[in-house]
Formats: sequence, C-alpha cells, structure tokens
Amino acid sequence: MKWKTEDGGWSPYLAGALVGALAVVSAYATTQWMGKTNYLGASTTFVRAAGLLERTVVPDRVAANEYFTKEKVRADWQFMLVLGIFFGALIASTTDKSFKLEGVPPTWQKRFGPSIGKRAVGAFLGGVVAMMGARMADGCPSGHGLSGMMQLSISSFVALAMFFGAGVIVARRLYKRRRS
Amino acid sequence: MSTDLLLGLITGILFGFFLQKGRVVRFDKQVGAMLLKDMTIVKFMLSAILVGMVGIQLLTGAEVISLSHKAMNLGGVLVGGALFGCGWAVMGFCPGTSLGALGEGRWHAVFAIAGMVVGAAVYAELYPFFKSTILAFKDFGKVGVAEVLGISPWLIILVFWAGVIRLFVWFERKGL
Repeated sequence: MKWKTEDGGWSPYLAGALVGALAVVSAYATTQWMGKTNYLGASTTFVRAAGLLERTVVPDRVAANEYFTKEKVRADWQFMLVLGIFFGALIASTTDKSFKLEGVPPTWQKRFGPSIGKRAVGAFLGGVVAMMGARMADGCPSGHGLSGMMQLSISSFVALAMFFGAGVIVARRLYKRRRS
Repeated sequence: MSTDLLLGLITGILFGFFLQKGRVVRFDKQVGAMLLKDMTIVKFMLSAILVGMVGIQLLTGAEVISLSHKAMNLGGVLVGGALFGCGWAVMGFCPGTSLGALGEGRWHAVFAIAGMVVGAAVYAELYPFFKSTILAFKDFGKVGVAEVLGISPWLIILVFWAGVIRLFVWFERKGL
C-alpha cells in the first residue's frame, strides 16, 4: 500500500484516518470549550446561510419561519467549519500544485459536452434537490456518513445506504452512455 | 472572534486540508464512486469511520463526551436520503466537499453551492408541509444500533472493522 497517490495526493486510507482522528479530537475540544459535544457536519450551514441572505431582503419572513427558528439563523461553529473547508482545500492544493481552474469536469464533459451553461444548470438543480433531501434526512455525508456512523446511529446506516443507492442508480443512467 | 467560531474555523481548515489531500472533493472522484469505478471516497469515508468510531466510543465510555444521534425518522431518512442521492449524482459534490472543490479551483462548485442555498430556503418554506406528511410517517427517535440490539457497541465495532478490512483488501485486489 502506497502512502502517496499517482497525482501527488495522500492515500485515501491515510487522509481518511486523519479525518477520523480529527473528528474525535473535535468532539473532545467542542465539549471542553463549548460545553456541548459538536460533531462534524455541513448541511445545516446551508440553512443558516439561506436564512442570513433572506434576512437582508425579507427579515419578517425569516423571523416567522418555523424551520429557520428551529435551526437558528446565525454564523456558528459549524458555519465556520464549512468556511474553513474552503481555506483548507485552498492551502492544500496551492502548496502541492494540484490547484486547477475547472469549469466542466471530465466525466461530465464526456457525456454532456464542454458547455459551461449545461454544467451550471446541472450543478444548481442537483444542489437544490440534494439539499432538500439532506435537510429531510437531517444530515449529509458529513453529518450522517461520518459523524452518525462513528456514533453507530441507526438513522445514519440507513441514510448512507440511501445516499449511495440512489446515487449509484442515477449516476449509471446519467453518465454511462457516451455522447453520440 | 469567539472561541466557538475560532475552533470551528481551525477544525474546518484541517478538515478541508485532509479532504483535498485525499483527493475526495472532486466531481470525478465522487461520480467515480457512484459509477463503482473509483473507490477513493469510499476508502476515505470508511477509514475515517473506522478510526472515529473507536475514539468516539472510548470517550463516550469515559463519559468525556456525549453522543448525539440523529433521529431515525423513517420517512425523512428514506425519502430524504434518496432525494439527496439523486441530486448528489448530478451535482457531483456533497455539501461539505463543494466548498473544498471551490478551494482547489473547481469553480463550477459555485453553481452547486448556490443551488444548495436555494434548496435550503425552499425546504424552509415547505417545512410545515413535510412535517405533516413525510416526517409524520414514523419516528423511532434518537436510537443507536447497540442499544436496539442490546449488545456491546464494541462487538459492533469489531464486526464493522472486520467487514471493512475485507472490503479494503478486495478493493486493492481489484484495483478499484
């Protein structure tokens, strides 16, 4: 087993294990400093971001919304965690020269061509559907896939199976055929 | 910046650094896993779970941290999970990795991020409807596998480890 991959990255086993260790240290650190155990997650942050943006236009509507009230619209620990992911990836990719500007990924291009418009519409609509699903399931591959699985939560085993099951079925239909 | 926010930022930077080094934030890696051609993200996630589940169990056992299960709301997890999978296949990012993909220059992630913010807003608008339908179907509450089966969590962890290691060996043999 190699610790470096051909493209200069780290073995996914090593990088994954480090994230596992980070999740444990983070659970401990948040308990110590915030008084409550917080687990890695990402999708609730999109609710808060939506609420913060909506509030600049229609503050009353946000204040009256049951879901925004339940999830609390504010920049919190997880909000900064998600922002941090951006900076972490930026640092990692610029220091090992894997940073690359990409508007259309290769697998997409093979099937749908080089149109940025098409990719933008796909990414946007996929994002809308995925986020609605994540909120309904109360978690994404971070909250359910990593944190929930580590805690042996029943809901996370089921959610992760559904994520992958549906993903495999749709991806096969979507990308398997070559562009004619 | 308060301690909470600073702690979140530092943890996020490390998280993003490892995600990028593991090369799991890319569209092609995510879709590659769904096409069962490239198991990078599966290896990454399962490795994180293997290490994390032991640490979390040790700290919980020592009563240093507390568990926070997500509710086993059957309708929500099944329908929401399937919806997520469908959107994920088209988008090629998950909520956390989309920010990482943007960080490594894959700027089409901005469309995915915008879509997810809009999706969250739409969900907030429709929440009362979902609450009285899909989410009202059956809720088993915040339950863990060990409590329900009435066995030691360490037994589950042992079985999980054994299964995942076998899977890893198979991936390497098949060159996935």
